[in-house]
Amino acid sequence: MKKALIPILIIAVVGIFVYTKAVGVYNMFVQNEETINGQWAEVETQYQRRADLIPNLVNTVKGYADFEQETLTGVIEARSKATSINLNADNLTPENIAQFQQAQDQLSGALSRLLVTVERYPDLKANQNFLELQAQLEGTENRIAVARRNFNQSVQSYNSNLRTFPNNIFAGWYGFERKGYFEAAQGAETAPSVQF
Amino acid sequence: MNKKVISMNFLMKSLLDKNIMVYKLQLLLTLLFLQLLILPLFGQDDFPPVPSPPKLVNDFSNTLSSDEVLKLEQKLVAYNDSTSTQVTIVMVRSIGPYDISDYAFQLGDRWGIGQKDLDNGILILAAMNDRKVFIATGYGMEGVIPDILAKRIVDQLIVPNFRMESYYAGLDKSTDMIFKLASGEYKAEEMASSGEHGGALIFFLIIIFLFVILPLIRNKKDNNNHMGGKGGGIDLFTTIMLANMLKGGSRGKFGDFSSGRGSFGGGGGFGGFGGGSFGGGGAGGSW
Repeated sequence: MKKALIPILIIAVVGIFVYTKAVGVYNMFVQNEETINGQWAEVETQYQRRADLIPNLVNTVKGYADFEQETLTGVIEARSKATSINLNADNLTPENIAQFQQAQDQLSGALSRLLVTVERYPDLKANQNFLELQAQLEGTENRIAVARRNFNQSVQSYNSNLRTFPNNIFAGWYGFERKGYFEAAQGAETAPSVQF
Repeated sequence: MNKKVISMNFLMKSLLDKNIMVYKLQLLLTLLFLQLLILPLFGQDDFPPVPSPPKLVNDFSNTLSSDEVLKLEQKLVAYNDSTSTQVTIVMVRSIGPYDISDYAFQLGDRWGIGQKDLDNGILILAAMNDRKVFIATGYGMEGVIPDILAKRIVDQLIVPNFRMESYYAGLDKSTDMIFKLASGEYKAEEMASSGEHGGALIFFLIIIFLFVILPLIRNKKDNNNHMGGKGGGIDLFTTIMLANMLKGGSRGKFGDFSSGRGSFGGGGGFGGFGGGSFGGGGAGGSW
């Protein structure tokens, strides 16, 4: 009887240890995921805000009769494409994020082409309505950048938590998976030379 | 004989397992390292650390004279003292490959400009060699200074003055305009009192408990009048009371400085940044 007691005790201690560790890791991942979900909502909100600004922008520009139709339809098409991709927060796999980013980047490209074209229309450039829309658009792009950065930082810490030992074992049990990032903006890989 | 072989086998196997384990760990570590390399690393060194003691006017580019810095600092500190809104000026030589807006938001977040609950920080960032300027508004200031107004401040007050190299005038006028726009939005006391509500309620409940409920219970129990008899008991309660009073009192006092994490500087100086954050509000321009 006494001999049997020791293994039982050891198993019990190990079991309790594993259990507490597993619960701790699980709760940590759940909290991390919730943070990421919140930040993803912020990213989507800001992209939606940009999409909402576009009809106004297009209408203002349309008023100038000779404005190039190509650039305008380009923007409208890119917008409808971008708004058609809605990513659920449970579904932030790397592939889905890449797809989402690609659609949004296309819209960014179409928009910047539109703004470049506007340079050729001095009347339009001086239009008060257009100026305000442009300022709003700039502000929205800034907010998108901040939201994306916050999201990326959270995902980075979540992913590295997920892949380090021993968390990776527990994460496998619970089915937590890696999440996708937004890719770095161009120029981020060049060595910065900041002077205070 | 047989037993020995088995145990040898077992030993070998466990050794092999260990090797695989180590190998797996190494692989993991390399993967992690690679991942870090591939990802854009937001280098710590690209941002100046919070000056110590904390200051609201930080001219790293040595553009302003020390007299001008002092005047601006006094003005901004006075505004911070009365409203808790932290308007901060940072002048650097160059921001390298960063977007001025991106650099401003990251710097504001890092330093924690503005109060934590209110996010009422404003950062005026000027990169002198790049000839770029940006006014970043914290989450809490986006309502009073929307992007379009920040843009106007930059275009009409900062850029024309900076073009003529009258940097002080540009900063002086733009901060005046910011004060005007933000006046009445936040008050320093508001900040202190909002933080004290929970504490005050608990304090109040403790007083009621100690002076009303406890004596009632005690009276019922041993039918004593409440100061006589076992005086020792009430003494203990009075000590707890006094300790609580002391605690509450000191809390209220420090709340006024509202220095979330900074240390308190010299007499009348700036108390430190409060941990506010930035969400991408503001506008910029170049001169």
